[in-house]
Amino acid sequence: MTLPVQDPSNSFLFGRLSLESIPYHEPILLATFAVVALVGIVVFGALTYFRLWGYLWKEWFTSVDHKKIGIMYMVLGVIMLLRGFADAIMMRLQQAMAFGGSEGYLPAHHYDQVFTAHGVIMIFFVAMPMVTGLMNYVVPLQIGARDVSFPFLNNFSFWMTVGGAIVVMMSLFIGEFSKAGWLAMPPLSGIGASPDVGVDYYIWGLQIAGVGTTLSGINLLVTIIKMRAPGMHMMRMPIFTWTALCTNVLIVASFPVLTAVLVLLSLDRYMGTHFFTNGMGGNPMMYVNFIWIWGHPEVYILILPCFGIYSEVTSTFSGKKLFGYTSMVYATICITILSYLVWLHHFFTMGSGASVNSFFGITTMIISIPTGAKLFNWLFTMYRGRIRFELPMMWTIAFMLTFTVGGMTGVLLAVPPADFVLHNSLFLIAHFHNVIIGGVLFGLFAGMNYWFPKAFGFTLNEFWGKISFWFWVIGYWFAFTPLYILGLMGVTRRMRVFDDPSLQIWFVIAAFGAGLIAIGIGAFLIQIAVSIRDKEKNRDVTGDPWNGRTLEWATSSPPPDYNFAFTPLVRDLDAWHDMKTHGYKRPQSNFAPIHMPRNTGTGVIIAALSVVCGFGLIWYIWWLVALSFGAILAVAIGHTFITDRDFHIPARTVTDTEAARSKLLARGT
Amino acid sequence: MSTHETHSHADDHGSMKTYVTGFLLSVLLTVIPFGLVMSGGLPNRDLTIALVLAAAAIQIVVHMIYFLHMRSSSEEGWTMITLLFTIVILVIMLSGSVWVMYHMNTNMMPMTGDM
Repeated sequence: MTLPVQDPSNSFLFGRLSLESIPYHEPILLATFAVVALVGIVVFGALTYFRLWGYLWKEWFTSVDHKKIGIMYMVLGVIMLLRGFADAIMMRLQQAMAFGGSEGYLPAHHYDQVFTAHGVIMIFFVAMPMVTGLMNYVVPLQIGARDVSFPFLNNFSFWMTVGGAIVVMMSLFIGEFSKAGWLAMPPLSGIGASPDVGVDYYIWGLQIAGVGTTLSGINLLVTIIKMRAPGMHMMRMPIFTWTALCTNVLIVASFPVLTAVLVLLSLDRYMGTHFFTNGMGGNPMMYVNFIWIWGHPEVYILILPCFGIYSEVTSTFSGKKLFGYTSMVYATICITILSYLVWLHHFFTMGSGASVNSFFGITTMIISIPTGAKLFNWLFTMYRGRIRFELPMMWTIAFMLTFTVGGMTGVLLAVPPADFVLHNSLFLIAHFHNVIIGGVLFGLFAGMNYWFPKAFGFTLNEFWGKISFWFWVIGYWFAFTPLYILGLMGVTRRMRVFDDPSLQIWFVIAAFGAGLIAIGIGAFLIQIAVSIRDKEKNRDVTGDPWNGRTLEWATSSPPPDYNFAFTPLVRDLDAWHDMKTHGYKRPQSNFAPIHMPRNTGTGVIIAALSVVCGFGLIWYIWWLVALSFGAILAVAIGHTFITDRDFHIPARTVTDTEAARSKLLARGT
Repeated sequence: MSTHETHSHADDHGSMKTYVTGFLLSVLLTVIPFGLVMSGGLPNRDLTIALVLAAAAIQIVVHMIYFLHMRSSSEEGWTMITLLFTIVILVIMLSGSVWVMYHMNTNMMPMTGDM
């Protein structure tokens, strides 16, 4: 077979890119493009008018401060959430409409891109950046460190994630995105069935973002192991840091598998090899096997830090020490190891036979035990606690109720014979949205509401937060309960049109639920806007608005660039609570200059060049690939010659900053 | 950023003595299999293969201890934990994949040999 790479009509200058690649004949995309362009021009104009470019570049884009990078990760996650949700609501509308001979409004090739993009964006560019963002912001503060171990690497990782997101977004307006589902299973994603650029956008988007994810995993792992404050041995680490540690172990051990399997898929597509083809000794089942060896740990990468958030929130808002800290730590470690032993439950129906299926069915059921233990720990923490129903706590309780149902349907799916009936059905879709929305997303909202005052110095508006909360939670149940029912009736996933008119009502209910969630997202954006408007009223002068227990609440809100003027000394679990009960006095004098890393633009530049390189690879523009790859190497080597990488914050400045805080604290009490 | 003190045990980065020991052991473990094969091998062919493989396996351990400084005491035990974790994950991934693919191959692949 001749590959598209060898097509003689590819031009030297533009590869296979031509005017026809711009989807100007599709009204939906054209309208989207118009809106995006308009918003883009307004934002660009505003930034130029208010002369913010220099500020953004100097204070944010090139910053190596873990706090600013964490915030930028969250911004990326929220922006991509809007895109991923737009895809979701398009699918819900299509499925609610396409009955009784109606084709709906989305043509097949567009619909297939929409569901693929929804999955890819929600996992890789919403959940991952937000989880990484929270870890980035909170972990160094919780362990009493001044930054992560490798601050420049942190900035670079962030921009590579942005680079991946840009590649995926580009596919909207130049060419098209993958139509092969979020995991791009061959043979559908092979060059024979998908000769267009869609799968290549998928591959290079994920490869570029994957560099960022892996490096940030290494960075946080080293940070947690090497940079804990004196006295904080492993069993005194806050539980969120513990879950972050395990998540980063999972990232470091599993993302290389994804990278490798995507490299093999690209070799099949570009070089004509036969790793995952149907003929010439290739085996597409091998791809399924490998992608799930990465894919299953991936879901635990997302959920573990959220378990950590729930633990911090439950303990803080119940005014009690976390029940069963040790069992929580061991449950987390158990999940970390066990998450590598269950991957086959994603393809019971591929035909492994009884012994393999029962092994993986049983391991899957076993993994629910440590998870269940965690739930009991949270319940016992609340038991006889003085519970304050602030927003983070509300999200946590909604999580407990919602996630438990998702966990039960998960155990149901873990029974191989049941899976043969439910596999690939909407029941599965309902299950994983049940655990990802009910577990990860609720956790992210709990975390954002919890740590927002720390990051910005004022609390989030409670009224709009509650609106957002109720619309999200009720919207979730309206949107996904019908899918459980439909799945039990045998409706398969990824369908574009339906014949049986009796099913329509369920899809209409699901679409209504998606509408409620849309209001929830809107209320969240309003919540942020209103909070910024009222920030003087809601200012947190204490640095500890929730009466917190861990070290991040020992600094001011927002923390100074150097986090801690003196590295705190840890004497107990819940270090800050211990310091407060023992009458801790903030040091007022004898500050020393603080050694800090300098900002650098290298991360932004390399990530931008990587996007160009990816674009060249997608469109077969080889001169551009060579040029941008050479430039990446040149910039990276050039960076090593920069010797002026650090500076000292003078003791004078530290003294002033700390004195200003003393004044604020005095005003607050 | 180096706000933390790095603990520098001389032990972690080896000394002349450990490097020489490692080097001599490696040379020995390389000479034995080469000698075995070049001299035509032992009368028992399986035993020769077993000895060559054993020498290779031992040499891996020698390299890890003397050149990569992976002993239980280094870096407060983290090196050893990392190594064990890596081995566990690799064993799970490789043996699991082989097991799964073997089953797939038996149950699902077309039986005609000419693909």
